[in-house]
Amino acid sequence: MQAEHLEIMDFLRRYPPFNELPEEALGRVAANIDVSYFKAGTQILEFDQEVDAWYVIRSGAVEVYRRNGDLYNRLSEGGYFGEFGLLRENRVRFPIVALEDTLAYLIPAPIFKELFEQYENFADFVEVEDRSRLRQTVARREDANELLTSSIEVLIGRAPVTIETGSTVREAAIRMSDEGVSSLLIVHPSGSDQANVSCMAGMITDRDLRNRVVAKGLSYDTPVTQIMTAELIHAEHNQLVFEAMLAMLQHNVHHLPILKHGTPVGVIALSDIIRYESQNSLFVVSRIFRANSVEELSTLEGEVRSCFSRMVHEDANSKMIGRAMAVIGRSFKQRLLELAEEKLGPPPVPYCFLALGSMARQEQLIVTDQDNALVLDNSFDPMKHDAYFLQLAQFVSDGLAACGYTYCKGEIMATTPKWRQPLRVWERYFDEWIDEPTPQTLLNSFIFFDLDGVWGKTEWADHLSRYIANKAQHNSRFLACMARNALLRTPPLGFFKEFVMEPSGQQTQSIDMKRRGTAPLADLIRVHALAVGSVARNSFDRLQDVIEADILPQGRGQDLRDALEFISMVRIRHQALDLDAGQKPDNKIEPENLSDFERKNLKDAFQILSSAQKFIKYRYQASRIG
Amino acid sequence: MFYLSKKQLKEEELPAGHRSPDWPSRLAQLAEQARNPSLKAFYEAGVVAANTPISEVPLVAMDFETTGIDASRDEIVSIGLVSMSLERIRMSESQHWILKPRADLRDESVVIHGITHSEVESAPDLTRIREQLLETLAGRVVVVHHKGIERKFLDAALKRRIGEGIEFPCIDTMELEARLHRRKPSGLIDKLFGQKPRVSIRLPESRERYHLPHYPAHNALTDALSCAELLQAQVAHRFSPDTPVSTLWS
Repeated sequence: MQAEHLEIMDFLRRYPPFNELPEEALGRVAANIDVSYFKAGTQILEFDQEVDAWYVIRSGAVEVYRRNGDLYNRLSEGGYFGEFGLLRENRVRFPIVALEDTLAYLIPAPIFKELFEQYENFADFVEVEDRSRLRQTVARREDANELLTSSIEVLIGRAPVTIETGSTVREAAIRMSDEGVSSLLIVHPSGSDQANVSCMAGMITDRDLRNRVVAKGLSYDTPVTQIMTAELIHAEHNQLVFEAMLAMLQHNVHHLPILKHGTPVGVIALSDIIRYESQNSLFVVSRIFRANSVEELSTLEGEVRSCFSRMVHEDANSKMIGRAMAVIGRSFKQRLLELAEEKLGPPPVPYCFLALGSMARQEQLIVTDQDNALVLDNSFDPMKHDAYFLQLAQFVSDGLAACGYTYCKGEIMATTPKWRQPLRVWERYFDEWIDEPTPQTLLNSFIFFDLDGVWGKTEWADHLSRYIANKAQHNSRFLACMARNALLRTPPLGFFKEFVMEPSGQQTQSIDMKRRGTAPLADLIRVHALAVGSVARNSFDRLQDVIEADILPQGRGQDLRDALEFISMVRIRHQALDLDAGQKPDNKIEPENLSDFERKNLKDAFQILSSAQKFIKYRYQASRIG
Repeated sequence: MFYLSKKQLKEEELPAGHRSPDWPSRLAQLAEQARNPSLKAFYEAGVVAANTPISEVPLVAMDFETTGIDASRDEIVSIGLVSMSLERIRMSESQHWILKPRADLRDESVVIHGITHSEVESAPDLTRIREQLLETLAGRVVVVHHKGIERKFLDAALKRRIGEGIEFPCIDTMELEARLHRRKPSGLIDKLFGQKPRVSIRLPESRERYHLPHYPAHNALTDALSCAELLQAQVAHRFSPDTPVSTLWS
């Protein structure tokens, strides 16, 4: 007689990912479980030990350690561990110690793998989800850094399998079976009109066949174009693996076509890459989008900080960290705007919410204030509509403050009437700032010309970026003024001789790495970028455009990139150290906290900044440009 | 002065009444005497040597639900069995039988274990599963909570059916708890400062002391699992994987 394990089933049913399993699968799990008890303090799994089961915590709590012995995570009832090992070589990746007396249900490896292969939701959850975890788990891997900095191309295993738009659903399914793929790109026949614009028409997946054809009872002769997803999220071949993943997560898609010069060169599945990815910021982003109130969002501040720390400890570079933090910041804004619209009702006229400054440049770190603005539809009537947008701006701004993004001291926020204007007013602002720069408008240009649309009519943000790029590129007086302003903050070269410190504040023995380092670098790169008409926002991307435009002396562009990376990383590492030490992170570093290596390299980096500033002075003298 | 001498303490670790039986010899002897072939086979499978570390002993946790508490009159209505080692309890090797008792299913017991008249009506008699039961128990040490029930009921039930009773080595998790909490009669100090509530050694309360989760009681299989987990916890806290099985069995 097959015994029924009611108690075990009842327990499992309470926790994801089991709650979504069908009853018979649950019964099968329960009937095959092993149970083990671990007294508090017991080592449950040791690094590299063979692992033959997936552990689910029935009661108690455990601590997850990194290989190097650092505490990494705590899990309690309903939490699980061992999946990283099972999905790799059946070797334990994260040592586990019982924090309390713990009773564990052990799901044998074959059963775990069966569930993993059979139930998509289960697999997704186990890979990405973290609901029951007090802090997120992440795969600490020796080559994580390499993969995180790799472009998405490295993951493309094969050319995309395609079918032309004229095909039927049946033909599409046959092609997928023949090729053994779970997704199929639909392309316009070559030579057709649409093909000249983009050869990619859409995509279908296994799931689409199930949900949109079989479940709906459609004929197998239905044109494939009728069931495909037409407006595809895609990634460029040279984007980072990391960015591709964030895109998939943010848009909730499992397959992502990769384009190179507009042509699909491959399709990657979330499951393809997730095992190569540290799941850091993905967790945070997914939680942001699930939060249902400002209070809930505000509880994630700590997670954002641990995510930042972890990335630093995992040797992520400054570009990755900056991007991850910017995506997180952006997600907060998006979710807050969704919540605001739920509360206030739909907007009376279309709008675009802008992120400005470091977030727009994707160089956001942990210590950051909120710079934002609202672009409204030209039909905006202040008498009728402004009350709504003021409330919207206030909601978002207060929400961001609750989530750890302090109010902007300079009032550069959508709550300020001047920064809550229709598109045409923004164009007028930018005209004025570029044509007739004053000291004040130059400061504005530094902030507002790094803009990014985060919500609503984001195409307006792109429009404004192009508008600025076109206009500024040819205005030598404006560029000269920008260049002069970019020299106002100088690198602390004296620092290395007689320790010139920031005179202000409590820390007299310190130097502000943002004010004296990354900010002047970003400023001078912005000037070059405007001069070459670049619409890129990230300083590294801008620098790439500048290098390609060949306006810098040989090798200087690369030097600048190295300098920016090094100074950024010192700043980032310092913030992570502050966080680890339980202190309030800031941008100041004390010279005695620098290693000889850092000191020497910082000196070189500041030298590069200094000579780049000299060059900019010379390059953008108003009289020399024409 | 009121204090306990070293000698007294020592004795209390193994309370009076606990003697460690020589199970290998006893089973060999019973194998000689047994007439019923399946019972004989059970005894012949024997048991590990007394000095075997508990971590190496094949175990099986067992629990009965019964029609009452008098083994001479009452009968078994369900049996839960879970094979285990000290390290792992294996649900894949678990069994749960509902049995048709020869005694009447009394209403008050129905309230406890929830097994109803109609359920037992279609259930088999113990005779039908006897062989399978004995095969599962063979060669293993049985883990129970309160051996008074499982030992006496199985013994009596077999006597009624095959004219022969049964003896088997048990680790009684209740008795292990009693060693800790029932080791001394309340002395003068307790009387003076006392009114200390008597510690319960029932299964749910015992489990709680080891931070084991609460399980609904009175399903034989869940109770067997419950008892299996308790043994793992007791050994983890109070003994060691190297503890000889003879320290634990009775």
